[in-house]
Amino acid sequence: MLNSNTSSQRRNETLLLWLLRGLALISGAIILLILFFLIWEAIPLFQQVGLSRFFTDPSWHPASNEFNLTPMLAGTLLVTAASVLIATPLGILSAVFCHYYTPPAIAQLYRRLIELLAGIPSVVYGFWGLVVLVPLINRIHPPGPSLLAGTLILTLMILPTIALVSDASLASVAPEYIKGAAALGLGRWAMIRGVVLPAARSGLITGVILETGRAIGETMAVLMVCGNVVQVPHSLFDPVRTLTANIALEMAYAVDNHRAALFVSGLVLMGLIALLVAIAELLNRGQYD
Amino acid sequence: MTKFIAFPVRRPTSKAPFRSSELGAIALVWSVVLLVTGALLWLLGDIFWHGMGQVSWEFLTTEPLNAGREGGIAPILVSTGLIIGVCMAVSIPLGVGTAVLLAEFTSTESWLGRFVRLSLDALAGVPSIVFGLFGNAFFCKTLGLGFSILSGGLTLACMVLPILIRSTQEGFRAVPDDYRRSAAALGLSRTATLWELLLPAAMPGLVVGLLLGLGRAIAETAALIFTSGYVDRMPESLLDSGRALSVHIFDLAMNVSGGESHAYASALVLVTVLVLINGMVAWLAEWFRKSRILGV
Amino acid sequence: MKKLQTLVPLSIGLTACFWLQSCSSSPQAANQAATSTQGKLVLTGSSTVAPLAAEIAKRYESEHPGVRIDVQSGGSSRGIADARQGVADIGMVSRALKENEQDLQAFAIAKDGVSVILHQANPVQQLSDQQIVDIYTKKITNWQAVGGKNAPITVVNKAEGRSTLELFAHYFKLEPKDIKADVVIGDNEQGIKTVAGNPNAIGYVSIGSAEYNATHGTPIKLLPVKGVAASIANVASEKFPISRPLNLVTKTAPTGLQKDFIEFARSQGVQDIVKQQYFVPAT
Repeated sequence: MLNSNTSSQRRNETLLLWLLRGLALISGAIILLILFFLIWEAIPLFQQVGLSRFFTDPSWHPASNEFNLTPMLAGTLLVTAASVLIATPLGILSAVFCHYYTPPAIAQLYRRLIELLAGIPSVVYGFWGLVVLVPLINRIHPPGPSLLAGTLILTLMILPTIALVSDASLASVAPEYIKGAAALGLGRWAMIRGVVLPAARSGLITGVILETGRAIGETMAVLMVCGNVVQVPHSLFDPVRTLTANIALEMAYAVDNHRAALFVSGLVLMGLIALLVAIAELLNRGQYD
Repeated sequence: MTKFIAFPVRRPTSKAPFRSSELGAIALVWSVVLLVTGALLWLLGDIFWHGMGQVSWEFLTTEPLNAGREGGIAPILVSTGLIIGVCMAVSIPLGVGTAVLLAEFTSTESWLGRFVRLSLDALAGVPSIVFGLFGNAFFCKTLGLGFSILSGGLTLACMVLPILIRSTQEGFRAVPDDYRRSAAALGLSRTATLWELLLPAAMPGLVVGLLLGLGRAIAETAALIFTSGYVDRMPESLLDSGRALSVHIFDLAMNVSGGESHAYASALVLVTVLVLINGMVAWLAEWFRKSRILGV
Repeated sequence: MKKLQTLVPLSIGLTACFWLQSCSSSPQAANQAATSTQGKLVLTGSSTVAPLAAEIAKRYESEHPGVRIDVQSGGSSRGIADARQGVADIGMVSRALKENEQDLQAFAIAKDGVSVILHQANPVQQLSDQQIVDIYTKKITNWQAVGGKNAPITVVNKAEGRSTLELFAHYFKLEPKDIKADVVIGDNEQGIKTVAGNPNAIGYVSIGSAEYNATHGTPIKLLPVKGVAASIANVASEKFPISRPLNLVTKTAPTGLQKDFIEFARSQGVQDIVKQQYFVPAT
């Protein structure tokens, strides 16, 4: 931290510092508020029903006092993992395309296109998926609404995140690296694979973390195309229900225990996110953030 | 004379003879791009095809009739604009301030830095429906704002914050240390360095964060149904309930029979608005950067 | 000077916003000066009733300038809970009140029915009650067994807690737990689109939305129950067996603005709105 301030400037800077700290504290406190709220709503059920029942009950039928969350947890994990696996290479390669394989004009056009993808409401994705994609999949293998449909739609939705963040981080790779690679006679792809991608690693990881978080939290679109059947899927064409779709589907009509159970599933989602954050911490250890 | 290149230009590449791996790479990259473009054009084409016939000046300036099947979307556009306005007005100072603190003033291992970073990472993953429930309980009930544009905007600000902060941070990271050293050598105060030099230089990161966040905010449905509400009347204050465009699209597509054509038309309007906003933000950022750094 | 340049595009944007606001017609603002009745009502509850209530509210507002009626969505359970807690003045519920809800007062403003739907291309023309039960409990899994093509049946069910599901299960004497579904949907339109996209699907939705869609070209058809065709007309004449009231509920006997609005919603004057939304006016 370089400090060249005179004593009169130091006062102003302290003011600025405390202002910034206040703002940061507010930003950081929001998640605590949310957690508090979730726990507050879920506690009545925890007191009645033990923790293990959420994983060992026969199925999810809150009206009949059964609260097994495992099938939906599996649904969330599978849909997220599959879509991240597909979207990440697509997104990173898109960013590589913009930087190294095309003139700037086309790159800008492509970037605008991707930014557009980012702004389409999840409802429109879901609607399109329901009306176009699901009947297509139905023709291949009934019933149509399935893990596959959810994966494809979710991939489209999280692609902009990884693509745009990768784009920004590729832009920040020092030009000296590029020049050095050219001087060494590396071909374009070899340079990208060996020099650029490793140099942009922290940004790329940021992108993956952001897109995974987005995938875990997506509600509307998966609600419309995944089929919402509470089961652990045995094939790509089986319908699944994610934790988020479960909350959206049933919250409107849930009372008492059922409602508290939905908040418990909200907490499970937060647990997944916490796990994701921990992994991100591990990966970024030592990186100057 | 060196120019700071914030937006990428074609990098110098080797003129070595073509290897097969190079051809394979080109094929791979192009096929990815074509796939993505194809999917997007399919989706957009659908929206355009079904919505084009309905969009007219009247559509944009009249009120909805018959549960939205007829009439227009004027009050909804205004509500959406106000909600987004509130969201940006709250999240930009909060977000940029936090990002500046994290990037320039705090070591990442300090307790504050760590706490904020981890909590923002967690915030980024909270599902939109949980934001809706939280916003309803906190902004609508506890703070007594009720179903209102203000509640909706504040809830959206919470959602948008992590993306904005992360991206702005990356933008600051990308600024070469040389800038900071030069500023120190010239005797600039930290505040001046920040405002005159670092912030403009970090603009690309800020812009990306803003656009991603804006995209997310405009597209949000579940959170807004529970906070800014369902009323499709023209709002008269920020405390009025107002229906956002995405909520309107959801209602027309999923709840009102026969509302599809207007749902498509509204979606088309939303996409167009997004394109315009993206363009405006990019232009503003470029102007800001030029005026500060290049002294134009 | 520089600051001015920042402000220009921003102010253009804001001006556009406000200009749009003044551009559209707002009868309330015009009549505000001459107003005598003031008041605000908040309605929350069923998303099925919400569009209907919103249209009725609009007409009421145009006849009583100065009154504002806010209609919010959220589900029947929310309507009940909010009415009880006083968060909402009136709750909207898309079913009859249950035994443990008798502390509230219900006023029916419309009737609706539940119809089983099939894809238009499905050769099956009608199903007996027992066949429907067997299909939904997966005792019959192929259309051939009921006179259709050789294809597996895709069973579409509504999510737990929904009024439509409760009505369906109650009539066919099924426990929601016993229904084995291939696809679970939330809103009526999702159900309709699912069946319309799958020639081998069977589902059930509100008659109003089904009839609207069928007459406007969506490839679905409504199955008769016990020989009675599923139509709004038959729900009106009470011939159709699976029907439900759409209710406005209040905590105590309604007074003042509440009472006025509920009476308005049940009057002859709004029956055209009810019919326009493809429901049956509650006589």
